[in-house]
Amino acid sequence: MRGTESPQQERLKEKEQGLAQEEAVDESDLEGETVHLKVFRYDPEVEGKQEPRFDDFYVPFEKGMTVLDAVMYARDEFDSSLTFRHSCRQAVCGSDAFFVNGKQQLGCKTQISELKQPVRIEPLPHQEVVKDLVVDMDHFYDQMHAVEPYFQQEELPDGDLEEQRQSRENREKVKMSTRCIWCAACMSSCNIAAGDNEYLGPAAINKAYRFAMDEREDDEIKEHRLRIVEQEHGVWRCQTQFSCTDVCPKDIPLTEHIQELKREAVKKNLKFW
Amino acid sequence: MYEHDVIVVGAGGAGLRAAIAAHEAGADTAIVSKLHPVRSHTGAAEGGINAALREGDDWELHAYDTMKGSDYLADAPAAETLAQDAPEETIQLEHWGMPFSREEDGRVSQRPFGGLSFPRTTYAGAETGHHLLHVMYEQVVKRGIQVYDEWYVMNLATDDAADPNDRECHGVVAYDVQSGNVEGFKANGGVILATGGPGQAFDHTTNAVSCTGDGHAMAYRAGAPLEDMEFIQFHPTSLPSTGVLISEGVRGEGGILYNAKGERFMFEYGYANNSGELASRDVVARAELTEVNEGRGVNDEYVHLDMRHLGEERILDRLENILHLAEDFEGVDGLVEPMPVKPGQHYAMGGIDVDENGQTCINGLYAAGESACVSVHGGNRLGGNALPELIVFGKRAGRHAAGDDLGTAEIKTGYGDDVEDETETELPVQPGSAGLDTPGGVAADGGVTAEADGLLERAVEAERARVDHLMEKDDGVQHAQIRAKLQKAMTDYVNVFRTDEGIRKALRVIRECREEYQDVYVDDPSRTFNTDLQQTYETRNLIDVAETIALGALVRNEFRGAHWRQENQERDDENWLKHTLISWEDGDPNIFYRPVILEGEKTYEPKVRSY
Ligand SMILES: Cc1cc2nc3c(=O)[nH]c(=O)nc-3n(C[C@H](O)[C@H](O)[C@H](O)COP(=O)(O)OP(=O)(O)OC[C@H]3O[C@@H](n4cnc5c(N)ncnc54)[C@H](O)[C@@H]3O)c2cc1C
Ligand code: SF4
Ligand code: FES
Repeated sequence: MRGTESPQQERLKEKEQGLAQEEAVDESDLEGETVHLKVFRYDPEVEGKQEPRFDDFYVPFEKGMTVLDAVMYARDEFDSSLTFRHSCRQAVCGSDAFFVNGKQQLGCKTQISELKQPVRIEPLPHQEVVKDLVVDMDHFYDQMHAVEPYFQQEELPDGDLEEQRQSRENREKVKMSTRCIWCAACMSSCNIAAGDNEYLGPAAINKAYRFAMDEREDDEIKEHRLRIVEQEHGVWRCQTQFSCTDVCPKDIPLTEHIQELKREAVKKNLKFW
Repeated sequence: MYEHDVIVVGAGGAGLRAAIAAHEAGADTAIVSKLHPVRSHTGAAEGGINAALREGDDWELHAYDTMKGSDYLADAPAAETLAQDAPEETIQLEHWGMPFSREEDGRVSQRPFGGLSFPRTTYAGAETGHHLLHVMYEQVVKRGIQVYDEWYVMNLATDDAADPNDRECHGVVAYDVQSGNVEGFKANGGVILATGGPGQAFDHTTNAVSCTGDGHAMAYRAGAPLEDMEFIQFHPTSLPSTGVLISEGVRGEGGILYNAKGERFMFEYGYANNSGELASRDVVARAELTEVNEGRGVNDEYVHLDMRHLGEERILDRLENILHLAEDFEGVDGLVEPMPVKPGQHYAMGGIDVDENGQTCINGLYAAGESACVSVHGGNRLGGNALPELIVFGKRAGRHAAGDDLGTAEIKTGYGDDVEDETETELPVQPGSAGLDTPGGVAADGGVTAEADGLLERAVEAERARVDHLMEKDDGVQHAQIRAKLQKAMTDYVNVFRTDEGIRKALRVIRECREEYQDVYVDDPSRTFNTDLQQTYETRNLIDVAETIALGALVRNEFRGAHWRQENQERDDENWLKHTLISWEDGDPNIFYRPVILEGEKTYEPKVRSY
């Protein structure tokens, strides 16, 4: 440590003192329309935050307030260093999956009024924490990329203006699987993924399902896709605990999709053995 | 320092399409984005993509609808290019596997949308943007295009030649959100800004928290003018408590608007006797607010959008996502009760002044998507016309930056012989720089240098210095306070209904925000994932962008498209068939005009825009 403290460091000290006071606030003073949040804090760089801790915030309640609204309020009004990902506010960008009162949920899609207080907000379990509620997503992205998540039909109709045909039934079949917003809630909820770092995980397998079941791709590609998910760390790891399906904010029947791919793989094996 | 041929800033629909096109044209291409690509706000688009695909429809009709919808402020070459290229680009998405909704015969479905003479809005449920975004990201992964995600672009490395038309952009300076490092990205071919809309300048918006007009502000300060910024689209059906959008698809499928008295006001009060609910967005938004202002609003705030009569089956098939949105964000079950809706900021028709090849007046600097103004949308954008713009003009910008010859553009950019200076309007306050907010800015480094590396390095140093300043400063104002004040002023005064006096008030508040910003500091002392720092940068961009919106709104004393003024309730074709342009001029903004082009392959005579 250098002799004099930089303004940054001084500010940090002040903040810690301030926080101590904040914690000391008597809850009875904050009666009425106030929400009590307990938010996980961690910052590898900042003294006092290197050891994970929980900070309390008391946020005025408003009708329709979501968990995301509440942490945004806490950040904008009380502590601008409170850090979390968020963007769309409408459950399409998949940025703000948190561990709220012990369950993986999107902050923006979770109404405060439906939660027990104090509302405990933590980063997604089983993922490395970068800071506060922000987790490292690289592993999740790697797994998604590992299933070749792109359409691979080489043969297309003649002419730039001619679409491939797809039946309504087939579109319906893949519909739910195409809704994934890459939030990683499922991966975080999965015991198997927690124990086997190489397990593809529900989201990636669902992505594979999305293509394997799309009738616009031909059989050869489908087989190739089945081989990817059938590998050692693929579908057979799943023990149908349904935790992923329970937490998916897009209601994707993940376990069902995994099971169906198992059946498809068996069918294929029977054919070739 | 990183180096590529083409650097695409932003990974929404426009950025991804530009990157794919540049890559296919042989350029070493990289995407730099503050969000991971799949988090981009394109994913929120619901309704669909306009493209003339079917018998009975053709590009001329699409171009005609677009020009009419624009209230004759779109440039014909832009509208025609959009209409001509949209079919092929839409089918390209299908070939990449996009899960469009289908007809019985297996072809992609289309539906009616406001302001269209043919049901040409091609859709994938009520989540078209989500699928478009993911399909294009998939293609980026397939091609192995480099993505620097969660890198925030802070500034452009542009030289400071006296005339912006002589300037050249050599790259960008970006900040790695995760590590806090500030680095230079050199672009040998070009930089394409695809940073999306500036909706966060308003407090009731359908736009994401990330829609902060960064590209607009960076291009503006580098010398490229912003065009037609006064034209902001307010979507008639956003949910009152959050601003979350209820797609026009609901009205396209037959949804009906009622006031508190249960009257179908679009017809009852003659707002749009022919098209009713499907009139152009600005018409419907004003109708709703008029209902509220005249005491016929529900709870004095909103109106009702009812889709129950469509039946559960049809709703589930085509609008299922709407049910989730209404339930999750407003606690309303659209199958059993009408949904509350009110106008919310939705889209910016204006943007960075570019031609049909995506080029700005600065060499090597391009823009595409919502951050750009080609201009396809003029005074008002038709629903379903933004997504095709992303893919049509994203692709063109990507190809051009990669060196493909797209022919000479017909649309002009920058300050030139064809412009006319604004001379009449007195401004209530001095707009532009408040002096202190450019310490070490590139334009202020005292000399033109043609040498790209040195220039980029200096730009990097300038941003590092700015970061140090913001982080070392230990008290002052926090950005959130300034942002809230700015958003409120814009929503109070530069909204659906505008008055000269109100706009002047907004300009004064914006000036105050600018001055307060001189004292801004970043409280979070950490270099790791410092969103406080990022948002402090974004707030500065919002101030610049909001000011151009208000300035444009002040000088345009007519009513055209989405821009309505109490004092001027008529369209004035004699004086206003021209675009508003505002250039930064190193901190002393200049307002000028360029005539609109109403002649392309066809001619578009301004007609009364009735629906
Ligand atoms: C709710 C909603 C529904 C819509 N529905 C429709 C519809 O049905 N049909 C239609 O045609 N249009 C629709 N629109 C409009 C259309 O979706 C948008 O105009 C369009 O998606 C914008 O795309 P974009 O690529 O320009 O920007 P975005 O998708 O917003 O992407 C911007 C990108 O820029 C990046 N970025 C921004 N700033 C920086 C920076 N400083 N550094 C690095 N990266 C940065 C972001 O990370 C992001 O990747 C809708 C819009 C909204 C809000
Ligand atoms: S499958 Fe569901 S929970 Fe898993 S990443 Fe996708 S949206 Fe999230
Ligand atoms: S903020 Fe986008 S999913 Fe919640």
